[in-house]
Amino acid sequence: MNPAPPLLSVRDLHVSFAMDEGLVRAVDGASFDVLPGQTVGIVGESGCGKSVTMKAILQLVEQPGRIASGEILFRRRTGPAATDGEEVVDLARLPSRGVEMRAIRGAEIALIPQEPMAAFSPVHTVGDQIVEALQLHGRQWRTDGGPLSRKDARQITVDLFRDVGISMPEQRIDAYSWQLSGGLRQRAMIAMALSCKPRLLIADEPTTAIDVTTQAQVLGLLRELQRKYGTAIIFITHDLGVIAQMASYVVVMYLGRIMEEGPVDDIFHAPKHPYTRALLRSIPSLYGRARVALPVITGSLPHPFNRPAGCPFHPRCGDVIPGMCTTRVPSLQNIAARQQASCFLYHDKADPA
Amino acid sequence: MTAQAGAPLLEVRGLRKYFPIVKGMFRRVVGQVRAVDDVSFTIQEGETLGLVGESGCGKTTTSRCILRAMAPSGGQILFRSRQGAMVDLAPMVRAELRPFRPEIQMIFQDPFSSLNPRMTLLDNVGEPLLINGMRNRRERTDRVAELLRLVGLRPEFMHRFPHAFSGGQRQRIGIARALSTNPRLVVADEPVSALDVSVQAQVLNLLLELQSRLHLTFLFVAHDLSVVRHISDRVAVMYVGQLVELAPTSAIFERPRHPYTAALMRAVPVPDPRASNIGGALKGEVPSPAAPPSGCYFHPRCRFADERCRRDAPPLREIAPGHFARCHLAEQLNLDIRQG
Ligand SMILES: Nc1ncnc2c1ncn2[C@@H]1O[C@H](COP(=O)(O)OP(=O)(O)OP(=O)(O)O)[C@@H](O)[C@H]1O
Ligand SMILES: Nc1ncnc2c1ncn2[C@@H]1O[C@H](COP(=O)(O)OP(=O)(O)O)[C@@H](O)[C@H]1O
Ligand code: SF4
Ligand code: SF4
Ligand SMILES: [Mg+2]
Ligand SMILES: [Mg+2]
Repeated sequence: MNPAPPLLSVRDLHVSFAMDEGLVRAVDGASFDVLPGQTVGIVGESGCGKSVTMKAILQLVEQPGRIASGEILFRRRTGPAATDGEEVVDLARLPSRGVEMRAIRGAEIALIPQEPMAAFSPVHTVGDQIVEALQLHGRQWRTDGGPLSRKDARQITVDLFRDVGISMPEQRIDAYSWQLSGGLRQRAMIAMALSCKPRLLIADEPTTAIDVTTQAQVLGLLRELQRKYGTAIIFITHDLGVIAQMASYVVVMYLGRIMEEGPVDDIFHAPKHPYTRALLRSIPSLYGRARVALPVITGSLPHPFNRPAGCPFHPRCGDVIPGMCTTRVPSLQNIAARQQASCFLYHDKADPA
Repeated sequence: MTAQAGAPLLEVRGLRKYFPIVKGMFRRVVGQVRAVDDVSFTIQEGETLGLVGESGCGKTTTSRCILRAMAPSGGQILFRSRQGAMVDLAPMVRAELRPFRPEIQMIFQDPFSSLNPRMTLLDNVGEPLLINGMRNRRERTDRVAELLRLVGLRPEFMHRFPHAFSGGQRQRIGIARALSTNPRLVVADEPVSALDVSVQAQVLNLLLELQSRLHLTFLFVAHDLSVVRHISDRVAVMYVGQLVELAPTSAIFERPRHPYTAALMRAVPVPDPRASNIGGALKGEVPSPAAPPSGCYFHPRCRFADERCRRDAPPLREIAPGHFARCHLAEQLNLDIRQG
């Protein structure tokens, strides 16, 4: 059986910020695929380029940043009606403010941003904001692809609120975002993101700022909605527990590069890359030995202006091969059926530095 | 490894903190937010007590009362002075508190906003020393250098500003600052919540190491149960301003006696894809401490709730030696933390 063609295929993406102090290579050659309906988890420490990668996909990289090279191939719908077909576009080539990119951001790819307050405007009710988005981009709710009336859009919004588990949806849609509790705001945000039936949902740390109990509710909700709508999700977090519970495929990033990627079970039970292994060892568990020193990754993340030569992880790696890892940059290679790693312990292929 | 042998360093008895709810032009008081409502616990010398609970349950308010950053509405905060006597900090006024300030220090959640961005590390770390009377700059410089070494930072960094440091390094700076006055009790409010896992492990290790080297006593506030389990000798669980369970760490994780504790534990996503655990999430939301439910505060979300739970508030009872729970059914329930 041939697997479905990817919905999104990021190929050798480079994004850099030209600062007065020098060039920050925020994303330095990232490649991964997202299949239709799949949840891909992206993990990595603060500053490793997770959010910038997502902003690049949406063509929202801020000045002085720019997509320096690479491809972001996305399979978009050719029209809103159910009978319309699909075509592949390279998002990296589309102008950020053009109509095409705006249509994709509105209707095909939705974002749950890292800063929860930034998602809604404080001067309009959450309902009005969703209704407005629906009237602009919500044509796929009608089988003929025609525009939605305000009344229909409002009804869809009420249904969405009910879907994401907000009680009294008729009243709640007339609230302002700042009147909602953290958990409710998170749910409203998910309703907004799903309002235009996107085929890809990007969730950038959607639960980092909320309690474990609310987090469990929100994660359960996302899973359920995914089953119902078949949306593909890119889930970004630095919480390995959340990744294990949510993702079917995992991408591990470090300093703008992909260290390892593969099915979630292989990443957790047969991690190959020294960074993935070290990361997994450093988490305290509910069952392990308490009050003993945790194994740590020695040293700290280098400053973005101070990227090490060779393998970006080499100054902190316990398996470093002197002369090799310190000078050449390992490329991302297949090392098992679906697992890939950039590490000289498994192959000797280097990228041009 | 527990430090039960020591005498209590802190004994909190019936602590209360109510905030008035005011309304209208005349700022009429129409009710009370019972942020902390009759909380009692002790912390032995050299021990770590973990305090957990959902956002808004009163953890920070409890900490701020103990630090006397705010005045409690009632109850006692008994602290053992260096001379050995238990003194009540609760009713004290500013001048009376002064000699105790160096003894109780705080580590904050947010390593980005808790340091003054316009002051060098020397001034940030040395500030509590200055406040507590170390006026000689030379002496302060030496002490700051020693403190930076203690938390694993290079003393040469002391002339730099906080923005030049990463989150983990800033948290180390915050720890150095808290330790500057040689405190005996350190209150840490979510000290690793804002950090990446790898950095979090380094900071947890540092806290454990400092504790054994300096014989520190910790009140460790957090919402991440795996972190709390890792660092604490005993754990207290708070819900709507009250303690609902208090027990030695191993006992509470082996067999929690309160349904809320078990639900909190189950909500932690397990870092193992083969153990799916987020299906049975706790439903509903935390009630407002201004209008708590009748009977047991947890009953609207508890799957074991019966008529009595809706009517009668359960007291905090000792279920097993040193294991307290506020639940009518604590003895009968066999709570499993691994699944719904
Ligand atoms: N607007 C910007 N200007 C300059 N540099 C930037 C900008 N945005 C991001 N960067 C840099 O790009 C790199 C990657 O940042 P990014 O926000 O993608 O990290 P992240 O992996 O999402 O981290 P976190 O877990 O903290 O959200 C960092 O070195 C960051 O400092
Ligand atoms: N200064 C204040 N005025 C009024 N209410 C407050 C104040 N500080 C805290 N509260 C309320 O007290 C309760 C407990 O808050 P807090 O101690 O900050 O909780 P936690 O630290 O557990 O998240 C919450 O309902 C909060 O809204
Ligand atoms: S390439 Fe070398 S330095 Fe990099 S992770 Fe592999 S062994 Fe370590
Ligand atoms: S007293 Fe009743 S409602 Fe409260 S926790 Fe126990 S069983 Fe649940
Ligand atoms: Mg980010
Ligand atoms: Mg708090």
